[in-house]
Amino acid sequence: MRPPPGTVLRYPPFSRFNHWVTAVCMVLLVMSGLAFFYPWLYWLTVFFGGGQMARATHPWIGVVLFISYAIMVVRFFRHNLPHRDDLRWLRALGHVASGREELVPEVGRYNPGQKFVYWANAFLILILLVTGIIIWDWYFYNWTTIEQKRVAVLIHSIAAFFTILVLILHVYSAIWVRGTMPAMTRGYVPVGWVYRHHRKWLRQEAELAAQGKPSAIAGAPAVRTDPR
Amino acid sequence: MTDLQSLNVIRISASDANPPQLRQNVEVAKLIDVTRCIGCKACQSACMEWNDYRPPVGYFNGTYTNPHDLSHDQFTLMRFDEWVNDEGDLEWLIRKDGCMHCTDPGCLKACPAPGAIVQYSNGIVDFIEENCIGCGYCVKGCPFNIPRYSPVDKRAYKCTLCSDRVSYGLEPACIKACPTGALLFGSKADMTDVANGRVEELRGQRGFPNAGLYDPPGVGGTHVMYVLHHADKPEIYSNLPKDPHISWLVQVWKGAYKPLAVAAMGLAIVGSFIHAVIYGPNEVDPHDVEAGRRMVDRRSRGVIPPRPPEPPPVSHVKPEEPVK
Amino acid sequence: MTNTWGDIRNADVVLVMGGNTAEAHPVGFKWVIEAKIHNNAKLVVVDPRFNRTASVADFYAPIRPGTDIAFLSGVIRYLLSNNTIQHEYVKAFTNASFLVDEKFGFQDGLFSGWMEDRGDYDRSSWVYQRDDQGFAKVDETLQNPRCVINLMRQHVDRYTPEMVARICGTPADKFLKVCELIASTASPTRAMTSAYALGWTQHSVGSQNIRTMAMIQLLLGNIGAAGGGVQALRGHSNIQGLTDIGLLSNQMPGYLVLPKDIEPAFDDYMKSRQFKPLRPNQVSYLSNYKKFFVSFQKAYFGAAAKAENNWAYDWLPKLDVPLYDALKAFEMMNDGQMNGYICQGFNAIQAIPNKKKVRDGLSRLKYLVVMDPLHTETAHFWENHGDLNPADPAKIQTEVFLLPTNCFAEENGTLVNSSRWLQWHWKAQEPPAEAQPDIWIMAQLFQKIRQLYQKEGGAFPDPILNLDWSYLDPMDPQPEELSKEMNGRALDDLKDANGNIILKAGQQLDGFAQLRDDGSTMSACWIYSGSWTEKGNQMGRRDPADPGDRGISPNWAWSWPANRRIMYNRAGCDPQGKPWNPERALIWWDGKQWTGLDVPDFPPTIKPDSGVGPFIMLPEGVSRLFSVDQMREGPFPEHYEPFESPVRNVLHPNVSNNPVARVFPDDRKEFGKADKFPIVATTYRLTEQFHYWTKHAHINAVLQPEEFIEISEELAKEKGIGQADWIRVWSDRNSVVCKAYVTKRLKPMKVDGRMVHVIGFPIHWGFTGLARKGYGANTLTPVVGDGNTETPEYKAFLVNVEKTSPPANAPVA
Repeated sequence: MRPPPGTVLRYPPFSRFNHWVTAVCMVLLVMSGLAFFYPWLYWLTVFFGGGQMARATHPWIGVVLFISYAIMVVRFFRHNLPHRDDLRWLRALGHVASGREELVPEVGRYNPGQKFVYWANAFLILILLVTGIIIWDWYFYNWTTIEQKRVAVLIHSIAAFFTILVLILHVYSAIWVRGTMPAMTRGYVPVGWVYRHHRKWLRQEAELAAQGKPSAIAGAPAVRTDPR
Repeated sequence: MTDLQSLNVIRISASDANPPQLRQNVEVAKLIDVTRCIGCKACQSACMEWNDYRPPVGYFNGTYTNPHDLSHDQFTLMRFDEWVNDEGDLEWLIRKDGCMHCTDPGCLKACPAPGAIVQYSNGIVDFIEENCIGCGYCVKGCPFNIPRYSPVDKRAYKCTLCSDRVSYGLEPACIKACPTGALLFGSKADMTDVANGRVEELRGQRGFPNAGLYDPPGVGGTHVMYVLHHADKPEIYSNLPKDPHISWLVQVWKGAYKPLAVAAMGLAIVGSFIHAVIYGPNEVDPHDVEAGRRMVDRRSRGVIPPRPPEPPPVSHVKPEEPVK
Repeated sequence: MTNTWGDIRNADVVLVMGGNTAEAHPVGFKWVIEAKIHNNAKLVVVDPRFNRTASVADFYAPIRPGTDIAFLSGVIRYLLSNNTIQHEYVKAFTNASFLVDEKFGFQDGLFSGWMEDRGDYDRSSWVYQRDDQGFAKVDETLQNPRCVINLMRQHVDRYTPEMVARICGTPADKFLKVCELIASTASPTRAMTSAYALGWTQHSVGSQNIRTMAMIQLLLGNIGAAGGGVQALRGHSNIQGLTDIGLLSNQMPGYLVLPKDIEPAFDDYMKSRQFKPLRPNQVSYLSNYKKFFVSFQKAYFGAAAKAENNWAYDWLPKLDVPLYDALKAFEMMNDGQMNGYICQGFNAIQAIPNKKKVRDGLSRLKYLVVMDPLHTETAHFWENHGDLNPADPAKIQTEVFLLPTNCFAEENGTLVNSSRWLQWHWKAQEPPAEAQPDIWIMAQLFQKIRQLYQKEGGAFPDPILNLDWSYLDPMDPQPEELSKEMNGRALDDLKDANGNIILKAGQQLDGFAQLRDDGSTMSACWIYSGSWTEKGNQMGRRDPADPGDRGISPNWAWSWPANRRIMYNRAGCDPQGKPWNPERALIWWDGKQWTGLDVPDFPPTIKPDSGVGPFIMLPEGVSRLFSVDQMREGPFPEHYEPFESPVRNVLHPNVSNNPVARVFPDDRKEFGKADKFPIVATTYRLTEQFHYWTKHAHINAVLQPEEFIEISEELAKEKGIGQADWIRVWSDRNSVVCKAYVTKRLKPMKVDGRMVHVIGFPIHWGFTGLARKGYGANTLTPVVGDGNTETPEYKAFLVNVEKTSPPANAPVA
């Protein structure tokens, strides 16, 4: 579906797919992981067909998550590189939190908060993968000592905890900042939303459009579909 | 026997339920008197027969210890050690290895599957296979390196202390098979008495001043105990841990960390909720819509204005006026 | 066993030497542990290897294989020179005071009477001096230099602790510590039990090993006492029954002796079996020999055995050689003199020395019948299993019949254990498939053979045609029928001296005291008489009650002879009839008769002061420190080196080995010499396996899966062998490739000034079964037989060792 006029393409279909695969994996991993962690959440294993199945699928879902997120990491790498402007945004974090975005410096495609989610997840998922493999006894029991496994399982659970915190931040932000969801459902967002939250990016895209170059702006002579 | 109605279960893995603590069952114990054990492996055979498992025929690797390690199909194992004492004399130390049935079982602590590991009121720690999910956490929880993960059925196994026999008033199969009385079974109090008598004899008449009973307090005591000639050096008996306790890593993982983590995650959610209530949604206002439309329209018409100056410090920034 | 398993718990010292009780008899070993725990007994182990028994011993001393007589003679010297013997016992109950013939002597390794040309002794000088009445002369003061004890003292004088260390490799301090522990039981209130097994019997001097210990126990007064005795721990569950029933080719049931060809007539046979007392008033119970013999003949030939035909004496075979034992059989096969062989419960190719010779012998047979529950290597000897069994089936014409038999739990019957108990057992399940009881198979064979003799006559049909076979179903005799036959029954009404009928014709005998030599009784095995009386099957009794708590349990099963549990128990009392140790009394004289916890080994009403000696089976009435003419090597034990030995005999280099051991000329050529084969090897069992049987059972195969040889760390270092490396071990006979177990439990020994390595070869692996395939220890062992029993010398031979690469088909570790 082509974005209607007055909107800006934020995520083309593959990005959305990539995101939701990651998201679904993450939710499933949180569910099964928490089921293994908290006895009072063990009932969550029913969604996997019981404890044995939850135990068997958790690592595989983790592998899918890792691959999927790794693709995202590559694709969104450029946009998530730190920028000098990010410091100024961070200094205005109080305004960001209170929703007074008029007091916040212009933001490009991603604000530093989003970049934090990107980098935090990249770091945590790597840790989860490595420690997860160490405790994936079905294949790798003989690769490590029990003491190493103990360290791994503790680190795995700590990394998972931080991942969940990041997830809460991510999800809440998406809900709190109204109008965000369509970016990942339909793929495009209204110009006003972009103007409010990612003005620098809008300006860049508008400039491209003005020059007749492919841009993310709907209705422009050329529409770019990749999320550069 | 494993349900709460039986009143036999006093501890259940991964459960916040309080099992009945009503029944005052006698705590049982297996006493392994290493000083009268001849390493004949009758216990190992009896274990295979009673539990009906058969490990594959292995190979020789320079010891009488066969198979070479505990496994899902070897719940108990005679371990042989040639040790030269301070006088230069050889001692052939033979120890029956297997689950110690700790009072404070690390496996049970680590287990995430409700009811997969239980402790009975007589002290036996048992794996309930129908509840086992095969995660291997018990392996990490055990301070004695006992439980083994089955590559065949993906469940964990270890000595049950023949809970199926004991609950019918029989001794464990290994006890029944032992020809020399090196294995004894009874109440923990009685076994401790017997052991103390043995220790006294070993110290007084057999020249082992460091003989002693191995009932390590680090795990709250065990329901399998050893009489050792050299209780001061348990590690010479195929690495019997000197002061076993549940690893601090497991303690943290299954201990304080859990409530802290749930508190932090709860706080994050509650905090978000409070934030939403206080600040309301962050919505696009008509001004943003109009300004954005203009930004797009102007530029798409090919009129390129100069870049705006760098914004002043945040506190002085004013909402951008529509470009005229 | 002179005593019983359960009696071991009464011991104060348990000496395990020539055996490895914990390893080979783990269940019986519980009584050793009981002795330690409840009796504060000291367990002493003397063995080439620090074994499982040593692992729970209070003291361990190493010894070079095959030097036990030197060690034990050293113990005798220690006891005599330290005066730690039980004097009253020795004086009253042994032949210490008997005067030995003036012509008897010992010089340069040979006793008097050596006949170089015949390779044997003229034993006529190995006797007592006799008085006018034919009684042996004694000197109660023990002053006469010809007294047995003085000759013995002189004989063992060479075995100083230094000499023992030089021969045995046992450090002198360790040897003296063992002596001290043994000597501690010279007190009448302390007892030592000696437990031995194949570690003593399987030598060219096996019988003398045991005899030396018997002498020590007599000097210490430990024979007849609770917790004392010499314990032959039998190697198979029913091997005691085998010897009792006389399955050796020179014996008949109940230790009766098969006639020799120099005894063609019954009178010749009986002439040397009068057993007239050698001292006044002695019982000499074997003077009843004719009653046992005639009753046996009645059991064998029934009505056909009559006084007129000398009880069918002529139908018995007459031996032309000392013994047709297994070694002889394979020698004869290889010589083409034997061309058919029935292997019943016997895995010859695994169990007999020099596997190659056995395979060659079997290959020359016309037929081989194997009766066994398992696929033994012997039944498959013709198969090629590479180096493990390099047979060429194309060249072997032997026709092999495998007749599957049932296992013991699949039939009723009795097993005789080491304690001489006949324990009846009941069938637990039906045998599988075509398996049949051995008795059934033998009955079919016999009936077929008898039919052939009936039809065709033959050279000598009488014994076959006249054999009494009056079983209910002649094709299927039952164990119960055979057991009753062994016990015996009255054939006519039996009357006592007053003419009262004590048993009616057809009734079961109460015991061997009722046997007659007039043909009115029958008993197929006189020592078993009493096992199945009119009261029923005594062997099936299972009452563990133990009055007196002495480990007697008289109503558990039945013990030969006469349900007596402790042999020679009269000697457990002093000459006045009071127990030496009242704490552990077995029997005693109550003023009127002998009574107590056990059945007295003595006529019940003969007074203690009547001068009747306690050893009623011997014509002297006393036990023998000097064995008169019974042992072929001589009346006193002497140390002879094994036939394959790393050193010459330091006592008499010109008579290095047992001069009367049996060696076939071809085998002698293959004996290893120390220059080429400097390493001593010995063989043994492991607890996890039983012979070559249990490797067919999965659990046992798991517990000891693969063949290995134990070597010391020192030898491993010398030869560059690492733990579980593959090694080649060879002699001139053959070569074996298997894994090495480098262990601290074997140590090189200093023998005659130089270090000697000893390696150990567990015997259990072969080319059939569930365990990994192996060669079997008897690939390497030499063919040489003990002088008295022809038992092969499995326990001491020479080999060489080198590191090698794994065989091509080696399992991936």
